[in-house]
Amino acid sequence: MILEIENLNLNFNNENKVVHALKSINLTLKKGQTIGIAGESGCGKTLTSLALMNLLPNNASYSADKLHFNDKDLLKISKQERHSICGIDISMIFQDPMASLNPALTIKTQIEELLIRKEKLSKDEIKVKIIELLTLVGITSPEKRLNSYPYELSGGMCQRVMIAMAISCNPKVLIADEPTTGLDVTIQAQILALLKSLQQKLNLSIIFISHDLSVLSNFCDEIYVMYAGTIVEKNKAKELINHPIHPYTKGLLACIPNKNSGIDLPSIPGIVPDLGENLIGCRFMNRCPYKKDSCIEFSSVQQTSNSKYFNCDLSEAELKVNKWI
Amino acid sequence: MDIVKLQNLTKVFKIKEGFFHPAKDLYALNKLNLKILKNKTLGIVGESGCGKTTLANILMGLEKATSGEVKIFGQSIELQTSEQKINTQIIFQDPHSSLNPRKKIWKIIAEPLFIHTKLSNDECKIKVAEALDQVGLNPNMMDRYPHMFSGGQKQRIGIARAIILNPKILICDEPVSALDVSVQSQILNLLNNLKKELDLTLVFISHDLSVVKYFCDEVVVMYLGEIVEHSKTKELFNSPRHPYTKALLDSSPDLYDLDHQFEVINGEIPSPLDRPTGCNFITRCKFKTNKCSISPPQTNKEKLSYSCHHPLNL
Amino acid sequence: MNFFFTDILKELKKNKLAFLGLIIIFTFIIIALLAPIIAPHNPSSVFPNSLTIAPFIDGQFLLGTDDLGRDILSRLIYGSRISLMVGTFCVLMSLSFGLLTGLTAGYFGGKVDSILMRFIDILMSLPSILLAIFVVAILGPGLFNAIVAVGIVSIPSFARIVRASTMIEKEKSYVKASMTFQSSSVRIMFNEILPNCLGPIIVQASFAFSEGILSTAALGFLGLGAQAPMPEWGIMLSDARSYLLTAPWLLTLPGLCILTMVISFNILGDGLRDIFDPKTKRRK
Repeated sequence: MILEIENLNLNFNNENKVVHALKSINLTLKKGQTIGIAGESGCGKTLTSLALMNLLPNNASYSADKLHFNDKDLLKISKQERHSICGIDISMIFQDPMASLNPALTIKTQIEELLIRKEKLSKDEIKVKIIELLTLVGITSPEKRLNSYPYELSGGMCQRVMIAMAISCNPKVLIADEPTTGLDVTIQAQILALLKSLQQKLNLSIIFISHDLSVLSNFCDEIYVMYAGTIVEKNKAKELINHPIHPYTKGLLACIPNKNSGIDLPSIPGIVPDLGENLIGCRFMNRCPYKKDSCIEFSSVQQTSNSKYFNCDLSEAELKVNKWI
Repeated sequence: MDIVKLQNLTKVFKIKEGFFHPAKDLYALNKLNLKILKNKTLGIVGESGCGKTTLANILMGLEKATSGEVKIFGQSIELQTSEQKINTQIIFQDPHSSLNPRKKIWKIIAEPLFIHTKLSNDECKIKVAEALDQVGLNPNMMDRYPHMFSGGQKQRIGIARAIILNPKILICDEPVSALDVSVQSQILNLLNNLKKELDLTLVFISHDLSVVKYFCDEVVVMYLGEIVEHSKTKELFNSPRHPYTKALLDSSPDLYDLDHQFEVINGEIPSPLDRPTGCNFITRCKFKTNKCSISPPQTNKEKLSYSCHHPLNL
Repeated sequence: MNFFFTDILKELKKNKLAFLGLIIIFTFIIIALLAPIIAPHNPSSVFPNSLTIAPFIDGQFLLGTDDLGRDILSRLIYGSRISLMVGTFCVLMSLSFGLLTGLTAGYFGGKVDSILMRFIDILMSLPSILLAIFVVAILGPGLFNAIVAVGIVSIPSFARIVRASTMIEKEKSYVKASMTFQSSSVRIMFNEILPNCLGPIIVQASFAFSEGILSTAALGFLGLGAQAPMPEWGIMLSDARSYLLTAPWLLTLPGLCILTMVISFNILGDGLRDIFDPKTKRRK
């Protein structure tokens, strides 16, 4: 187990209220595995990764029973050690590649910055390593690209440069936060193929965050579905798509147009609850067609197998019978 | 009946590359031929640089064609009167920037009425209430500002604004791309219902193939400013003719076909300033031959329309 | 528009320094409005028996008198009227011309933009005081002409800010939406774009106010602005030049007034800029 998160809770302390952004997040990542975190905007998927990487704003406070990387407790080690793990052993790539690269620096300078930080190499050795990295991520004629600025590259190329930067220090875990959102479909396929090949070559473990369930279903071994700061379901990718248990997962899958869709697409009525209110019980309750009275107070996490759990007061058998209305 | 007819539509932008260099020609659209039929939903699919936004701008009258003809209801777009121009309306991709943040939403929706009718404020408010009702929003909210609404609600407001003058053609420029999946389906349902109620013809621009497959009657695939394939939805997805269409379909992850092997197509879209000679797709096509680099393919206009020297699935 | 201004006030209250600036300005406005009531004497009244009295000595003249026997306190109070009026008219003038130029240049772009911006560049290429002196030399000395000169000199800052904001807003879809309704250009510029440019304009107006007061006082100091016997703070500074060692209060008191008013507008402007700058918001 390379990454273990148990009972992660995160709050934002604003002047007049506290926002309970993440509640009881449990996540595990094995070596060489790819897990996906799915959910809509505001569900907390990016926040989870930011909490792991210690990249939160000042008014955020979080706690966890376990936040272990390679059996090291990230909450108990020194600041320097955490700083060296997050960014080098665990690295991250972000959504908008054009905006994530510094527009005023050349590609070479930006990748150099990272290499100088970890490894003590001479200037020539660095240049060789950079060309190696750029070739690894599939950039043609890397020597010509060294002195290019980000605005001269396309979206797909910028994302490749970001990936090169992320793998430059041989990380063990790569967090990819919506890396292909906003890219063309054919480029998306290239980037996904690249990530898969890098995973095999470098024995990476990947956390893939996306709102696009179809990408996750094809790319990940296991998928976590998040809603309003909680994990509502986790299962193997194929199982989750073909046999969703939690009503939110069912609803989400029903809304995606597919060959079985009728003339009117189903939708999930209502809106996400205000996380500033102290929410007890199930956060999906007000939009759930199967809600019972007990849902107001409880929502229990039911672990029905090694790789499957879901957060609902109804039993798996009860939920299996119901399709999304 | 042809509501919209495009003939040899070309749009060229002059790009200056420096003080001492002559301006280069950027062919955003190159000899487009297209007919859009009444009450159909036409999907336009393509990646960045294919020209779909330029096409939408030309249909809306925001840009003028460099050459070729654009006819709406048989009338050339340049000769349209103000009343005729408002028959075509558009809804935009980003719900957050498509509404003026400093105006109350009733004023935003009533803007077309202020410009084209002589109705008083109260009469406008009545029409706005009707429009809000049609798009599924509570008319009591008309005195609020846009930032008080969610993304899905803002998109509904944008739709209310577009339909208030009873247009005949509605161009939807990626209307659900910026919305969550659960909201997306609501907006798609709304558009379908409005199409029936208001007798609309829809032009649906999107990059999301699963949405296009569900929503559109016919699909046009664009690449580097040209139409490479145009056919009925079912036929396009079941047996694509053009290699680029096939590449798009192969690259798209399918939710229910998890064993589907991604076919990755190499290379990037060439710069429109640097078009390849012959067929545009030659730099990335698996099936290319010598013929493809010599001459651009003719458009085959039998039952389906496609432009390829070696079409697939025949 | 109501939510806009109440929001600004709420945010300002959080920034103690900026709020202090606002309070000071408000105090000056009250003093200026109530000048005839609170000033102990007429600012032009001469008291030949009480020449150059130091402050806090004579109960009748709290802040002393100048070399002509005029009460300094009354002159300062009436001077605040002139300074506020000067600032207001300068800002109004530069804002209106700057706004029109900036909006038109930003909206139409192309040749229109080039031509208008060249005029603005010409105005900017001359040092502001020199330009103001030049204008006053043509129009003749006097407070009103000084205001016009300073107003002209401040046009470029507004023009460039409005032009930049216009160019950003023009690309947004709500402007495109208006264009699709065949809205006239004028309507789009003033109805759609202008309300969204207000943030930077308000910030610049605050700074322009203080610049206006300072520049007009400088012109007054040079004898090119307000003329005697007006109780303008700049003239008071000029008249007191030879008394620096013998009667320093004649220089320091009007100087302090100018300083206070200018600083207040500047810190208010800083506070407003922090409110409107989205990047500072995120850091908080």
